[in-house]
Amino acid sequence: MLNRTADNVARATPEPLARKIRGISDKGLAWLFISPTILLLLAINIFPLFWAIYLSFTNYRANRPNEVVKNLGLSNYQRILGDQDIWIAMQTTAHFVFWTILLQTVIGFTLAWLIDRKFRGHAFWTTIILVPMMLSPAVVGNFWRFLYEPQIGLFSYVISFVTGIPPTNVQMLSNVELAPWAIIIVDTWMWTPYVMLICLAGLRSIPEYIYEAAEVDRASNWRQFWSITLPMALPFIMLAVLFRGIENFKMFDMVNLLTGGGPGSTTEVASITLKRQAFESWRTGYSSAFAIILFVAVFGLANIYVKALNKVKQR
Amino acid sequence: MKSTLKLALGLASAITASTAVSTAAHAEDLTLCWAAWDPANALVELSKDFTKETGIGMKFEFVPWTEYAARFLNELNSHGKLCDLIIGDSQWIGGSAENGHYIKLNDFFDKEKISMDDFVPATVVGYSEWPKNTPNYWALPAMGDVVGWTYRKDWFSKPELQKEFKEKYGWDLAAPTTFDQLKQIAEFFQKRQIDGKTVYGASIYTERGSEGITMGAMDVLYSFGFQYENPKKPYEMEGFVNSEKSVKGLEFYKALYDCCTPPGASNSYMGEGVDAFKSGQVAMHMNFAFTWPGLQKDENVGGDKIGYFVNPKGPDGDQFAQLGGQGISVVSYSDKQESALKYIKWFANKDVQAKWWSLGGYSCLNAVVKDPKFPSSQPYAQTFLDSMAIVKDFWAEPSYAQLLQASQKRFHDYVVAGQGSAKDALDGLVKDWTQVFQDDGKM
Repeated sequence: MLNRTADNVARATPEPLARKIRGISDKGLAWLFISPTILLLLAINIFPLFWAIYLSFTNYRANRPNEVVKNLGLSNYQRILGDQDIWIAMQTTAHFVFWTILLQTVIGFTLAWLIDRKFRGHAFWTTIILVPMMLSPAVVGNFWRFLYEPQIGLFSYVISFVTGIPPTNVQMLSNVELAPWAIIIVDTWMWTPYVMLICLAGLRSIPEYIYEAAEVDRASNWRQFWSITLPMALPFIMLAVLFRGIENFKMFDMVNLLTGGGPGSTTEVASITLKRQAFESWRTGYSSAFAIILFVAVFGLANIYVKALNKVKQR
Repeated sequence: MKSTLKLALGLASAITASTAVSTAAHAEDLTLCWAAWDPANALVELSKDFTKETGIGMKFEFVPWTEYAARFLNELNSHGKLCDLIIGDSQWIGGSAENGHYIKLNDFFDKEKISMDDFVPATVVGYSEWPKNTPNYWALPAMGDVVGWTYRKDWFSKPELQKEFKEKYGWDLAAPTTFDQLKQIAEFFQKRQIDGKTVYGASIYTERGSEGITMGAMDVLYSFGFQYENPKKPYEMEGFVNSEKSVKGLEFYKALYDCCTPPGASNSYMGEGVDAFKSGQVAMHMNFAFTWPGLQKDENVGGDKIGYFVNPKGPDGDQFAQLGGQGISVVSYSDKQESALKYIKWFANKDVQAKWWSLGGYSCLNAVVKDPKFPSSQPYAQTFLDSMAIVKDFWAEPSYAQLLQASQKRFHDYVVAGQGSAKDALDGLVKDWTQVFQDDGKM
């Protein structure tokens, strides 16, 4: 009886599709299916990358199509690494990345920990907290510019109300000292919910029985936090830091909308410098070299970080 | 089912046919590219006459000033066919001529008897010629423009303010003729209460992203004695760009920014300046002349309340103003060059130019601006004429974008961010510009 059923099933099963398409093996068919994706990737990712690498060794300028392209060897790289303005832009970027990640991680984790308490209305508050993340950066940049406006901005009036300083003296985007913080505040406001979500996923993944066992052992809340909550949520926190770190290293839109890199060059992060060199000064070869240096830096740092993340996970 | 299919086929055919007809009808439509600003609206209105006369339709591609250069230089560099005609900025002329983006107009001008002698000389040099001061024309002067100033005539004429001003400074409160006077007036109005509102001295250019702070600072530097290069030795900049007089000029611009601008005005250009003046925030306002027709018509600050004055004199009596404005060129990648040239021929006509001025555009044709009725045709007409007589322009070299970015950075770092000294900024500028010209093989 069983044998007869198996025969029937075998007969009913269609031949592999590949055999029906003459001359194409299963492997060939697989390649056929993935080739559009590969071609697209080659066209929009791999080719531009190799083209940029090639251009980085030349004096090519996109606004001089008729000019002879000369090979400069490593000259562009040498000039970038010796350019004081580039190093200042890198320092500005590092300052921005460090503070945004620190604030977003601390506030994001705290919010996640509070939301995880499951108090009354926690779902509603979770939604409210997530709103900034759902907005377009262009919208966020523009409305914060109005909020920071010294004469009519709400932010200036709140600061004035709290400190007694006249609102027109609270020049968040014009003051050299305050402008970098103005951007850090906006980025933190917008992306802390994202860090919170990842941390919340981490906190919710901790099995309840571990806490029950800790309570049986009479571990204090503080002890439970340091010995269970934080270590077990750490891989998630590190993941959030990785995502935000990569994103903020190439931060462009918010800075461009809020300060355009000013006042002076105080908020000119690396991506703004890159854009200026590439599309305003039209130094295509030079900016390609800078882009490659940035790519290698982010790629290298991310790799080191991922290795550390894996080690934490394995513990 | 069959009837539905027939209906669908019928509709599809009708749509296809109508599209084909409309495409054929508009095959010769010209696209004109320019910045999105008030004169562009006037040009749309003016161009309706061209369509009426020739049957050639006009389409327009207007881009906001902040994106204007990037958008259209990209278009030209990629040999795009979007624009048949382009009103390109004066500083693009060198690059566009050398890179073959514009067609040379000499033969066309000869054939159509369009003489460059009929146009204001400064606009011919500024908008049409490359190399400068040679009879090689790449554009027809289209929109004359220059940086000048507006002021609140109604505030200046308040008796109590006049009295207080005279007591404080010893001269009558009136439109300034020197930069010293301008600063005194700006200081006088800074944070003053007028009609229950706090007002400020002056709105000046401080924008970092495109060209703002350079246009503003140069407007002052020229009159203080700044020169781009040694007049006897091209590209020699040491001692000219960073001369003592230039340093004094840049220090003055920073002092004006520090003492007398509205709070938060660290990234102001044309739009922000107009907003500051229209909203009654400032007593004086630096801006290109194209903004004047709009301000004159404004209900709150226009009419009798507004006055105009030419960029003031420097300490040694020198007086110059930053040239703005553009010429109109035919894009060499266009397939409709013949129609585009017809437009240029039509635009050069005296009656068209007169109408251009009446609609809010600034004609560069001598026949229009030297007409005896011209100075009284608008309250700002005389100031425009006087300003156009003293213009200077930024580098128009093929590398102008790099040269401009360098000055934007150096000026903003010093004037707005207060980093280093004026001497440092100008020494740095000489270094940057020298590097650019060395890369170009010109030094």
